[in-house]
Amino acid sequence: MTQISNLTQSRSFSFALIALLAVVMALLPFFAPRAVVQDLFMILALTVLALNWNMLAGFAGLVSVGQQAFVGIGAYTAFAGVILYGLDPLTGVLIAGIVAMVLSIPVAFFTFRLNGAYFAIATWVVADILRLAFSQWKAVGGGTGTSLPKGTTKDMLGVQAIKDALDVSSAAAADTMLYWLVLALALVTLVASYMFLRSRMGLGLQAIRDNVNAARSVGVDPLRLKALVFLLTAFGTGICGALIFLQLGRITPNSAFAVTDWTAFVIFIVVIGGIGTLPGPIIGAVVFYILKRLLSDYGSVYLIVLGLIGIAIMLFARRGLWGMLKERTGFDLLPLSHRPPAAVQTTKEGALT
Amino acid sequence: MPILSLRNVSKNFGALKVTDDVTFDLDAGQALGIIGPNGAGKSTLFNLITGNIRPNAGQVFLDGVDVTQQSPMDRCRSGVGRSFQIPQPFGHLSVYENLLVAARFGAQLSAAEAEARCMEILRQTGLAASAGKPSGGLSLLSRKRLELARAMATNPRVILLDEIAGGLTEGECGELVDTIKGIHASGTAIIWIEHVLHALTRVVEKLLVLNFGRVLMIGTPAEVMASDQVREIYLGAEA
Ligand SMILES: Nc1ncnc2c1ncn2[C@@H]1O[C@H](COP(=O)(O)OP(=O)(O)O)[C@@H](O)[C@H]1O
Ligand SMILES: [Mg+2]
Repeated sequence: MTQISNLTQSRSFSFALIALLAVVMALLPFFAPRAVVQDLFMILALTVLALNWNMLAGFAGLVSVGQQAFVGIGAYTAFAGVILYGLDPLTGVLIAGIVAMVLSIPVAFFTFRLNGAYFAIATWVVADILRLAFSQWKAVGGGTGTSLPKGTTKDMLGVQAIKDALDVSSAAAADTMLYWLVLALALVTLVASYMFLRSRMGLGLQAIRDNVNAARSVGVDPLRLKALVFLLTAFGTGICGALIFLQLGRITPNSAFAVTDWTAFVIFIVVIGGIGTLPGPIIGAVVFYILKRLLSDYGSVYLIVLGLIGIAIMLFARRGLWGMLKERTGFDLLPLSHRPPAAVQTTKEGALT
Repeated sequence: MPILSLRNVSKNFGALKVTDDVTFDLDAGQALGIIGPNGAGKSTLFNLITGNIRPNAGQVFLDGVDVTQQSPMDRCRSGVGRSFQIPQPFGHLSVYENLLVAARFGAQLSAAEAEARCMEILRQTGLAASAGKPSGGLSLLSRKRLELARAMATNPRVILLDEIAGGLTEGECGELVDTIKGIHASGTAIIWIEHVLHALTRVVEKLLVLNFGRVLMIGTPAEVMASDQVREIYLGAEA
């Protein structure tokens, strides 16, 4: 009984905590220096990528090492929209998500024929083919890449209003706008992931993860659910890629399709935070960013330290930092379980008497 | 028209012929027991009916429709529910959630319908007290109950039960027989593989004897028990 009432409490507490955090973070640009806002932008962008990769690998069993493909597609779509078609960057961001999702269909068509390590390698190959293909696109700078025209993000919808309200430079106002956008994206991704996992489809996904054979025998279609997750995460990853490169202002095929930045680090984040949990990727992103900041002066030592930490977590805390915390304290955030209804009634009765 | 028909179904694993030209019909609402020594191919026959494996030859019909090439999920939604001899729970999900998956996908119930139906089944199968527990931590006995309960939650018209009575006490076995009789009484057809003959014969109208993948005979329990051939092969092997 205590277990069940804890669950209810934990659920309302989770939402209260997220709402509070969201409000505090949204207000931050009003008093925090611009460098902090830029740092938080990157933490939130990595969180979004990590939440998406966690859905793929932690819940759908799709261990992709080619998600940089969708970061790159999203980023290039937004740049092409702005540079070649004169779109507002915001419209470009939305189209970036749609294009990434549409292109994920043929990618799924080829890679879903393979399993496990073969699937992983196939996604990587596809991403690298795309990197080479985009280096041929002369209109957006070919292999050397290109920059956004001066003032693009400053002319973005809403930036003038922020500039007036906060009384800051156009560049700072643009940073604030992009920060709010990525904050909104992170919140939507988190809440949508939670709702998806709690839905009928999420239940089926967790059944597949535990036992594919038995899942098929109770009417679950694994291919369909996995394909759906692949498409949805491509959408989120594409939008995030567009936002990251609008913030950077400059794009090259090597940076947009970088396996280290957009997949290897993201895997590290999910693994240290806790794969297959929703709070895990968030905690992982924060820890990763702090480590990056602390170790940034030491060059390649930084990568070695990251690797060692990753290995240590995989060996000694397989469920990551969040899993460890949950085990030690018994406290959970965003629990995915479905309560048996009769037990709820008993709890209510118990509370009444 | 029979609800389930097998026509000349054969399956080889390499050189081993595990299912050999099996043909039989099951009428709607009928209860059939399958007996035979270990390794006779009983569980393989279930896998062929559910589509978890495909035959090398022959056809499987559901309501007269050839489903030989259909996936297990389609056959489940058409009304074939099954238990696994070696329990295969969704280990990270609770007992209740295991049933919920079956009710939402297999039976295609709405969330509210599924909730009520799952709780009803949990009570029928004696699992109500374990509803919220992770299924991965259950005892073997409870896992077998969960196999039965999850198969029931797909709302099958034919339910396939694979050795769910082994290791039960006399009392537990009686309860299980009552539960299965209840399923039968509601009009669901049953195929039950079981070594515990006294339990089996209290439910089924017919027995099918399988030996080395072949159907040795099909008949009423009395007919089958009277057969010298069956005594020799099956009961001889058991004793
Ligand atoms: N997937 C498989 N691959 C190879 N051999 C198998 C496989 N499944 C079952 N067998 C073999 O087929 C025979 C029949 O197995 P099974 O159908 O489980 O028998 P029963 O349920 O009657 O004990 C056994 O000899 C078993 O080892
Ligand atoms: Mg068997």
